[in-house]
Amino acid sequence: MEPLKIADRLKERFADEVLEIKEFRGQVSVTIKKDRLLEICNYLHDDQDLLFDYLVDVCGVDYFGKKDKRFQVVYHLYSISHRHALRLKAEVSENDAVIDSVMPVWVGADWHEREAFDMFGIVFRGHHDLRRVLMPEDWEGYPLRKDYPLKGPEKEWRGFLEVLEKGQKLREFQWEE
Amino acid sequence: MGLITTNNTPSVVETEEIPKIVSPNIIVSSFDLLINWARRSSLWPMTFGLACCAIEMMAVYASHNDLDRMGIIPRGSPRQSDFMFVAGTVTKKMSEVVRRVYDQMPEPRYVISVGSCASSGGIFNTYSTVQGCDRFFPVDVYIPGCPPRPEAFIDGIVKLQDKIKHEQFRWSRWR
Repeated sequence: MEPLKIADRLKERFADEVLEIKEFRGQVSVTIKKDRLLEICNYLHDDQDLLFDYLVDVCGVDYFGKKDKRFQVVYHLYSISHRHALRLKAEVSENDAVIDSVMPVWVGADWHEREAFDMFGIVFRGHHDLRRVLMPEDWEGYPLRKDYPLKGPEKEWRGFLEVLEKGQKLREFQWEE
Repeated sequence: MGLITTNNTPSVVETEEIPKIVSPNIIVSSFDLLINWARRSSLWPMTFGLACCAIEMMAVYASHNDLDRMGIIPRGSPRQSDFMFVAGTVTKKMSEVVRRVYDQMPEPRYVISVGSCASSGGIFNTYSTVQGCDRFFPVDVYIPGCPPRPEAFIDGIVKLQDKIKHEQFRWSRWR
């Protein structure tokens, strides 16, 4: 099925939810509201004509200072049997950075959602194990946010300070400097 | 019968016609020379890679460049190794592990910092990257490059061997 037709079907069925349909070089992006995300995903996954059985990627985007709703969570979907693809973008505001987890639909969303949480601080409601996946567990702040300082916060991470301290402490056991 | 003893030449006895090496002969040398010769001739590196420099490191170990001919055999345990390649970007999360591997190595131990990331942080002047692994342990040789070519690796090892060659009285901490 043509991706634009899929987007039209989505628009037909969830008229209030679909905000924008955009096509660029044969790739179609559908921007949606986040409230009925699970319903939309279930429909895309289960409908026999669509059958999006493969979640390629989930990632967060920060539009700091560019859009009213600061974050977007982007889902790349693919159907292995029908060989068509679609991109879903769900808008998430900064004040209420919570969105439903799509793990009930695609289990593979597990670590992708953890990464989006780790890097952007977007909370995925219903995720079974929402911990940081890349950064250390006691890291403060969300590094891929646009207002995060590039070289990190002023305060050094405690774990690295411990390593530096250990390096100083164990110096006496070295033969030579 | 006299034995000529110098640091480098085996004992040679001058006879009437030709110089003749007597058997059994004795070589007298400084203890430093012997120990340093032994150490630099069988440097065993810790098998440890962090990022893309590690791929280059594997290429150096492999048959084309063949570090075995220099007595360099990668070891699987820090307790059996003499030096460590810090090959790749050291992140803050990983620095604890790198330091622990270093701590487990017995003295005398050496560190070769490979590539610009391990030496200075490289292009990654960011929140997660350590700006040079010499912040938490002493480094003996720095190899520049991104990543360095195998020839640069070998040159770094030769530099380390040269350094070991000129060491004096590094027999123990309580010498």
